[in-house]
Amino acid sequence: MKLTLKEIEKIATLARLNLSAEEKKMYTEQLSVIFDYIEMLNEVNTDQVSETYQVTGLKDVVREDEVAFWEEEDKQKLINNFPDKMGNLLKVKAVFDNNDE
Amino acid sequence: MNINELTIKECYDGLKKGDFTSVELTQACLAQIKKRNKELNAFISVFEKEALVEAERADEMIKSGKQQILTGIPFCVKDSISTKDGLSTAAAKILSNYVPPFDATVIRKIREQGAVLIGKNNCDTFGHGASNENSMYGPVKNPHDIKRVSGGSSGGTAVAIADNMAIFGIAEDTGGSIRQPAAFCGVVGLRPSYGINSRFGVMPMASSFDTVGPITKSVTDAKIIQEIIAGQDFLDATTVEVKNKKLKVKNKKLKVGIPQEYFEIEGIDEEVKKIIENKIKEISKNKDLEIVSVSLPMTKYAIPVYYIIVSSEDSSNLARIDAIRYGERKEGSDLYNVYAQSRAEGMNEEVKRRIMIGTCALSADYYDISFRKAQKVRTLIIQDFEKVFQEVDLLITPTTPTPAFKLGEKKDDILSMYLADIFVSPAAVAGLPAISIPVGLTKKKLPVGMQIIGSRLEDEKLLSFSNLIINY
Repeated sequence: MKLTLKEIEKIATLARLNLSAEEKKMYTEQLSVIFDYIEMLNEVNTDQVSETYQVTGLKDVVREDEVAFWEEEDKQKLINNFPDKMGNLLKVKAVFDNNDE
Repeated sequence: MNINELTIKECYDGLKKGDFTSVELTQACLAQIKKRNKELNAFISVFEKEALVEAERADEMIKSGKQQILTGIPFCVKDSISTKDGLSTAAAKILSNYVPPFDATVIRKIREQGAVLIGKNNCDTFGHGASNENSMYGPVKNPHDIKRVSGGSSGGTAVAIADNMAIFGIAEDTGGSIRQPAAFCGVVGLRPSYGINSRFGVMPMASSFDTVGPITKSVTDAKIIQEIIAGQDFLDATTVEVKNKKLKVKNKKLKVGIPQEYFEIEGIDEEVKKIIENKIKEISKNKDLEIVSVSLPMTKYAIPVYYIIVSSEDSSNLARIDAIRYGERKEGSDLYNVYAQSRAEGMNEEVKRRIMIGTCALSADYYDISFRKAQKVRTLIIQDFEKVFQEVDLLITPTTPTPAFKLGEKKDDILSMYLADIFVSPAAVAGLPAISIPVGLTKKKLPVGMQIIGSRLEDEKLLSFSNLIINY
């Protein structure tokens, strides 16, 4: 199965990855090889077979949604991990574009 | 013999009798790291100061009669597992400054006993690899031959234990990342049944495969660790309750199956095959065992199934690594480019390749022919195992088709690298427990690992009988 450069660019956008021209070329070739390889799964008849998405058989595991106690010191450690901050607030680029009417 | 070469059990006895202190034991491990790590590259972080403080505290515990089995024993942890106040990078530049304010559940349980965390181990970045050559902190070298790979992705932890830099290690196995490097380095590596050990605080790779387990110098040590870290955890909704089952064999004798497909696979090293076959011949003299030949016809499909599902779950899990709340953020003209540039610079070629494969497999055009198809074939692989386990108690296979290969040997051939996991991925696809045990050396003095696979949630049986088999 041959993937096109255009397909690779679309996948990279979906995956939030800025790829260089060389990387795009490399992944176009490599993904084609890999998707060729997995075609061997077509040898297996799976018409009457259902999917296994997980192996535990657990269903609807729920718990109370409670506020857990955190030491002030540990809270500060979380905040210290922020790449950019203003006081104790996490700073990020604007999510919405103001010019977009 | 130096004290850093001892097993957990031997350390416990030595500490109890007062033959040595935890501080001395910790210093012995630190000295070994200082001597060898430059060459082997098994550690990303060494917590020398903190470890010595923890060791002093452990010595106090021992003195006041509060010693538990792991009190005062130095251990190391794969860098993709969170440890409180200790740098945890998963060997990824995007997490080069990440310091978790909490311990993963399994680590908390170990530290509550007073074990001493000595450092964090190098690994393939985010666990993506089978040779540890995919680490953004450089490859890990095999202590048996430094021109060869350690195996991966938990290469650093396997090397640290093989080279006596710590007494035991905690690592993570998605498709073979504990067992395969354990085999290459000549130590014991256990992948528990999926869902038995909490994965809270373990950086996720493929959520329906990931497990946490020990790398140790003996089967007994692996059993000691597994008994401490197992158990349901409300912080990990996939953990299951395991009732204490009596060890029961299917028939009067313990029946061990030898799956023929594992010995007939193309590319299997003749010496590896011979060492495993000889070991089987040796243990078949045990009158309490019965060895039978079995068939697992779906074996060859495990690798394509594994790579499609794992990459898909991976691409989704790694979406959270976006440098917003933690990690190394790069500049970008807008929010999209902050994400896309931070990820592009902070992840390496293999991680990006898996994200690309997974995103493609989950996209509308490819979903049915790849992801969905693989999940169906996965069902058949599980049925293969279920059928065989109606007949036998355990399966024995080689852990890897070859001993440790040379650095750079498979670097440009992705498929051949993926095939290094051919014997370890089937158990992972089915969520089964499996252990790798060192059983011999090749003529070039490279370790060979034997894999024992158990049926689902029968980890205790796997461990007890592994000891029986190995001690025979």
